[in-house]
Amino acid sequence: MNARTLDTEAYFIEREPYYEPTGDEVAVFEAAYRNKLPVLLKGPTGCGKTRFMEYMAWRLKRPLITVSCHDDLTASDLVGRFLVKGGETTWVDGPLTRAVRTGAICYLDEIVEARKDTMVVIHPLADDRRTLPMEKLGLLVEADDRFCLAVSYNPGYQSVLKDLKQSTRQRFVALEFSYPSPELERKIVVTEAGVDAATAEKLVKFAHMTRNLKGSGLEEGASTRLLVHAGKLIAAGIAPITACRTAIAEAITDDAEMLAAVQELSSSLF
Amino acid sequence: MSVQASLDIADILPSLEKWLDVEFTFYRVEELAADIARRPRGEQNFLLDWIRRIATTNIEIAYQFARRAPALLGRMDWRMIEAWALHAMDSYDKSGLRAALLVIEGVDGFAAQRHARVAGALFEDIDGILFNFVRGLSGRRLNLAQGDVAYTDSETLFLPTVIAELETLEDNFRLAKATVTVLWAQTRFGTFHFDLQNALSAHPRREQALRVFTALETLRLEACIRRELPGLYRDMQYLKALLNEDRLSPTWQIYANTLADPHASVEDSLRLLPLAMEEPDPPRFCYQGEIRPEAVAQCMAARIQREKALLRVKLAQLAEEHGHPLPAKDAPTQIPVPHFQLKQEEDAASGAVEMELMLDGVPLPAPEDVKALLTSIQLDLGHIPDEYLTPAGPGEYDPSLYQEQTPDPNDVWQGAYHEIGATLYDEWDFGRQHYRKNWCVMREKDVTPVYDDFARETLARYSGVVKHLRRSFEAMRDENKLYKRQPYGDEVDIDALVEALADARDGREMSDRLFTRMHRAERNIAVMFMVDMSGSTRGWINDAERETLLLLCEALETLGDRYGIYGFSGQTRKRCELYRIKEIDEPYGELVKARISGIRPQDYTRMGFAIRHLTRLLSRVEARTKLLITLSDGKPDDYFDVYRGQYGIEDTRQALIEAKRAGIHSFCITIDQEARDYLPHMYGAAHYAIIDDVRKLPLKVADIYRRLTT
Repeated sequence: MNARTLDTEAYFIEREPYYEPTGDEVAVFEAAYRNKLPVLLKGPTGCGKTRFMEYMAWRLKRPLITVSCHDDLTASDLVGRFLVKGGETTWVDGPLTRAVRTGAICYLDEIVEARKDTMVVIHPLADDRRTLPMEKLGLLVEADDRFCLAVSYNPGYQSVLKDLKQSTRQRFVALEFSYPSPELERKIVVTEAGVDAATAEKLVKFAHMTRNLKGSGLEEGASTRLLVHAGKLIAAGIAPITACRTAIAEAITDDAEMLAAVQELSSSLF
Repeated sequence: MSVQASLDIADILPSLEKWLDVEFTFYRVEELAADIARRPRGEQNFLLDWIRRIATTNIEIAYQFARRAPALLGRMDWRMIEAWALHAMDSYDKSGLRAALLVIEGVDGFAAQRHARVAGALFEDIDGILFNFVRGLSGRRLNLAQGDVAYTDSETLFLPTVIAELETLEDNFRLAKATVTVLWAQTRFGTFHFDLQNALSAHPRREQALRVFTALETLRLEACIRRELPGLYRDMQYLKALLNEDRLSPTWQIYANTLADPHASVEDSLRLLPLAMEEPDPPRFCYQGEIRPEAVAQCMAARIQREKALLRVKLAQLAEEHGHPLPAKDAPTQIPVPHFQLKQEEDAASGAVEMELMLDGVPLPAPEDVKALLTSIQLDLGHIPDEYLTPAGPGEYDPSLYQEQTPDPNDVWQGAYHEIGATLYDEWDFGRQHYRKNWCVMREKDVTPVYDDFARETLARYSGVVKHLRRSFEAMRDENKLYKRQPYGDEVDIDALVEALADARDGREMSDRLFTRMHRAERNIAVMFMVDMSGSTRGWINDAERETLLLLCEALETLGDRYGIYGFSGQTRKRCELYRIKEIDEPYGELVKARISGIRPQDYTRMGFAIRHLTRLLSRVEARTKLLITLSDGKPDDYFDVYRGQYGIEDTRQALIEAKRAGIHSFCITIDQEARDYLPHMYGAAHYAIIDDVRKLPLKVADIYRRLTT
C-alpha cells in the first residue's frame, strides 16, 4: 500500500491519541484556545508535550502543524519565501502562514533552538493583534479565528545562553509538564508498550533511579517515551536488561562510567 | 626481525654509576651490573629502564629496587613489578623515604597480594560506577569513600581499598555492589531509627550483641532488597552459594522468616536479639559490612540539627517567594505565621512515598533541594515532626549551623600536610614517566582589589588604542554575511536571475543557484586568561600585564565573549595558588578593575596545576570554542623544587595535552626571548607568540585574540 500524502493544513488527527492528563492542563488549554491566547508548554524531554498537542488538536478538531525548531530555522522558513519556477518568481507560504490562514494549530517544538531573529516573527501573532506581517510581500495576514499558536521548551535542558527572552515568554499562557506520577506512568507504559503491570512497574522504578542521577552526571533522567520504547522491546521478546540498555541507558548518556552505573541499576531490578 | 644482542657489564656499568650517583653514594654496582648482564636483552631493558626512572625520584629507592628486582623476574610478571615500583614511589611522595623502603623490602607481601591485585575489585576502579549506582537508588544522596572495612555513618558508605574474597574480578565486583547495597539499605530501611549506641551500651556482651544484631538486620534488609531490587537479590544468593553461606540453622531460618515480613522493622531485630544471643555463632554474610553505632550517632546528631535548621530556613524562603512574608521580629503578633503542612501518600505498588507540601492549605511545588531535605529527615526520624514545618523567624538561626564552612585559603599552613581546604592535582614526572598523585596542593585566592587611579589613567593614556580595539572587536561580533548564488535562501538573487534568464534565452541550461541567504555566525566562545604572577614579573612587566588585561576587558566587553582571568603563582608543590581576578560569568565592573590594579608579583612559576585547574573550570562551561591563553614572562620554574628545567617543561606539556583532550585550545603569549627553545615543545609549533617589546603587549594580545577567534 502506498503511503498517503496530505497537505499539512488538511491533516486532521482522526483517531483519539492516547493521553493521560496529569492535572487540569486540558481545561486550561481549551480555555486559552477559546480566548485566543497562545500557549507555552514547559517540561523535560519525552514527558508528553507533543502527545498532549496531538490530543488537543484531536479534541479541538483542528489540524496540527508541527515545526521542530533548530539552529538554522529562519523567519523565511516559517513565513514563506519566493521560489523561482519556470523563469518566474512565485511566493510559497511557510508552515506558520498556512496555519494562520487556515486556522490550524501551529506547534513550534523546542522554540529556544530557533535563531533569535526568528522568534520576533511570532510576537505580533502572540498578542491581541493576532497578525502575521509578511514583509517581503508587504502584506499583513490576520489570523483565522480558529488559529492557535503553541510553543514548547525545556527549561532544564537549555543552556543559559539560549534561555527564552522575557519579551517572548510573557505573551504565553504557560503549562508546566513533568513526569507523571508513578501510578500514571505505569498505566501509560502498560497501555503504550503492551507489557504486563509488573514489568511496567520495574521500568518506572528504573526511570526514577535514573532521574535520581540528574545533576550528578546525567543531564536528564529517562523519559516516559524511553520507558515506552524499552517496554515495546520487552514485549517483542528482548530481555529486559538488554532492552533497558539499548532503549534507555544508551539514549541518556555516552559517558562510559555513567553507562556502567545505569546498567548496574537495571540489572539490580530485573 | 633481528633480536638485539644482550648488553655486557661494560655497557651497563657506566649507566648504573651515573644514575645511582656512585661517585657520592659509594654504592657497589658491579654485582648488580653482572647480574643484569646475564639476562636476555628484553629483561635488561626492562630493569634498566625502571632503575633509571626510579632514580629520578630517589637514588636510594632505585638502588634497593635494583638489588631485588632481577631475582623477582622469574616469579612475578612484569606488570606486578611495575606496580610494585610505582607503589614505592607513590609511598615516597606521600610519606617519605622510610615508607618507600618498607614497600621495597615488603616485596613478598606485595607478591602475596597478587591475587588481590589481579582479581580484586579495587576501590579506585569501581568507585565511579558504584557512586552513581548508589545515587540512583532512592533515599538520601550518599557519598562513597575508602575505609578500613565496609560500614556506613549514614551519610557516607565506606568500602575497603580492595575486595578480593572471590576468584574472579567479576564476582568481586558483584560483592562490592551487594555490599554497598546492604549499606544503603541500612540507611533506607531504618536500621538507624533506633538509638543503637544506647541500646547496646549497657549490654554485658556488647561485641557479641552487635554481631548478632548485624546478622539479624542483614536478614531483614535482604528481604527488603528482594522486594525492591530482585535482580540484585539474585546476585546476593549467588554470592552466598559461592561462599557456602547459604545454609541457615533451623532457628536462624525462623528468624529469617520473621524478618522477611514486609512490615518487619529494626524493632523486630532488636526484639529477636536476646533469643538469638542464646544461639551458637550467628551467621555471617560476605556483604554485610559492619555496623558502627558510634559513627552513626555522631553523624546523625550533627545532621539532624543541621537539617532542621536548614529546612526551616528554606521554608521561610519558600513562604516569602509565594507571597507569605514572615512577620518582622518586633511586629504585633496578629499577623499569622505561614502554616506549612505535609501530605504524604504511599504508592501502593512501589512503596515510594510521595510528599506534597501545602502552604496555608494550598499545594506548593517544592524545589528539589527541599524534597531531598524532607526525604533525609524522614529517613532519620521516620516522620517529619510538626516543629520542623515552622518557618524560621528573622534572625532565629545561625548560618554556621546549616551552611558549609569554606576554610580561608590564607590559613595555608594549618593542618597536617597543609592540605585542608585545598584541591589536589597530579603532576607529571617525566623521569618516572608517571604521574605523582595528588602532588600539587592548589588553592583559589582572591586578589586584593586596589581602588586607585590605575584604570582611569590607563584608559586615558590608551584612549586611542581602546577606540581602535573596540572598533576592530565590534567588527568580529555576530556578523551577518550575505551568501549569494545559493541553491536555496531567503531572497531571490536578482543578478543571478538575470544571468540565468539570459542563459535560458540562449538555450543554455538555467542555473538553480538563484538565491541569497543571510548567514549569521554566532560566536560561542569561552576564554580563560592565565596570567603569570611570578616574582620575575616585578616592575614594568607587571605594569604591562595589568594594562593589557584592562584593555582586553574593554575590548572583550564589546565583543560579548565570555572570559575569565586568573593569575597563577606558587612556592613549592604545597603552595600552588590561583588568584581569581575575574570568574568566567562575573560581570566586568569596578571590582574587576580594582582587582586588575591589585595584581602584584608573588612567588614562582609552576604552571601545570594552573592549566589543570583552569581546564577543569573551562570544561564546565558550555561553549563551542574554548580557549586557554597564557600570558607569561618565562619558562616554568619553582623554588628549591624539582620543578625547573626539563621537569617543569614536561609537566606543563602534559597538562596542555590533558587540556587538549578536554577540547580546549591553548595558546601562549610570552616576552621571553629564549622561549623558542621550549615553547614549541610545550604548546606546539603554531600555538605561541613571542613579543619582543613589552610595551606592545596590550595591542599584540588583542590582535592575537582577534586572530585566534575568527
